[in-house]
Amino acid sequence: MARVTAGLATSHIPAIGAAIDLAKTDMDYWRPVFAGYDWTKEWIAQSPPDVVVLVYNDHASHFSMELIPTFAIGCAERFAICDEGYGPRPVPEVVGHPDLAWHIAASAILDEFDMTIVNELTVDHGLTVPLSLVFGQPAAWPVAVIPLAVNVVQYPPPTSNRCFELGRAIRRAIQSFPEDLNVQVWGTGGMSHQLQGPRAGLINEPWDADFLDRLVADPDSLRTMPHIEYLREAGSEGIELVMWLIMRGALGESVELLHRFYHVPASNTALGHVVLEPTKENP
Amino acid sequence: MDFSAFDDIPGTRVFTPERSRRGYPLNQFCMSLMSPANRERFKANERLYLDEWPMTEAQKQAVLSRDYNAMLEHGGNIYFLAKIFATDGLSFVQAVSTMTGMTVEEYQDMMLAGGRSPVGVRSIREGR
Repeated sequence: MARVTAGLATSHIPAIGAAIDLAKTDMDYWRPVFAGYDWTKEWIAQSPPDVVVLVYNDHASHFSMELIPTFAIGCAERFAICDEGYGPRPVPEVVGHPDLAWHIAASAILDEFDMTIVNELTVDHGLTVPLSLVFGQPAAWPVAVIPLAVNVVQYPPPTSNRCFELGRAIRRAIQSFPEDLNVQVWGTGGMSHQLQGPRAGLINEPWDADFLDRLVADPDSLRTMPHIEYLREAGSEGIELVMWLIMRGALGESVELLHRFYHVPASNTALGHVVLEPTKENP
Repeated sequence: MDFSAFDDIPGTRVFTPERSRRGYPLNQFCMSLMSPANRERFKANERLYLDEWPMTEAQKQAVLSRDYNAMLEHGGNIYFLAKIFATDGLSFVQAVSTMTGMTVEEYQDMMLAGGRSPVGVRSIREGR
C-alpha cells in the first residue's frame, strides 16, 4: 500500500528561482536563504519519496480569468514549464504519476471533494521553485510530481477548514492506493507578504511564528481562521498559507517537527519552511 | 455575498467578484502579453494595442501611465498586472515599490529592515 511518509512546506518566491537560474545563490543577499534548505537536501537524499503531491497556486500563468478551478489536480504523464513572460525557467520538465493522480482525483470526488481533472497543464514558479530549493539543479527531477493547483487569487479561495479536510481526503486516497509507494505532500506559498497597494511590503514575523507553532502542534485551531485574518495579519498574498493546511491535513493527527526555517526578506516575502513527519503512533 | 469587510484593510484591494467582473478585459489584456509577439505589438504602439480590448478609458489610462494602484482600483489583479511590468523589464520589487509612494531604494531598505510592520495597518475602523 502507498503511505504518506512526510510533509514539507515552503515559500515559492519567484526571485528564488531567478537567483538559482542566474547562479546568484552565493550572493550575500541569497546565501542565508539557501542555507535554510541544506538540512532538507541531505534529509531527502537519504529517504527520497517516490511521489510528491505538490500543492501550489498558479499565478495567472496556465490559468487565466477564463477558467478558475478551486482545486485542480494534474493527471498527465508530464507537465511542461510555463513561460511566465521572461522565458520558461531552465529546469527539467515535471514527470507526473497518472495512476496515483487519477486515483486521488476519483477517491476525493467520491469523498465529496469536487476536483477539477487537468490533462494539459504547464507549471509555473509556484511548483518549480520548491523543487529547485529541495533538489537543486539536477538533469531530471528525482521524483514523480502530482501538481495540485489551488485558487488563492480570485475571492473567495477555499476556506482553511476545506483545505485541511481536502488534505485528510488525500491521505485516505493515498492510503487506499494498492501500489507500494512512499508519498510526500508539500504545501507551498506564503508566509506573510503583500505585493499590492500602499500596504505592500507587509511582514508579520510574530504571526508567522505562531502559525508555524500551531501548524505543528495544534492544526485544529487553524481550521477556523477566516480569510480576513490572513489578509490583515499576513498581507493580501499571505492567503497562500491555506495551502499549507492541505499538507498538514494529509499527515494525520500528530507530527514530529524535523526542520524549521524562517528568513526575512526574500524579495517582498517572509520565507518559511518546515519538514514534518507523521509520528510512529500515526503511521 | 458581502465582501465589504475587506475594504476595512488599509492600502489593500482584495480581488473580489465585483473587482474581477470589472477587471476582466484589463486582466485578459495583461494575459495576452504572455506571447512575445503580442509584447512587441504592445511596445510598438501601446494605445493602438489597448484599443483592441473592450477596456474602459480609465483602465487604458492607468496602463499607459503605469499607475498600478489605479489598475488595482479598476479591477486589475497583481499576478495579471505582473505581465505588464515583465514586459517593461521590471522585477516584482521594482514594480511593487511604485504602489507604496516610496522610491525603489527606500522600499528595498524597508524590506531589508524586516518589512512593513502590521501595526496600525490592520483595520481602518478599529484603528489598529
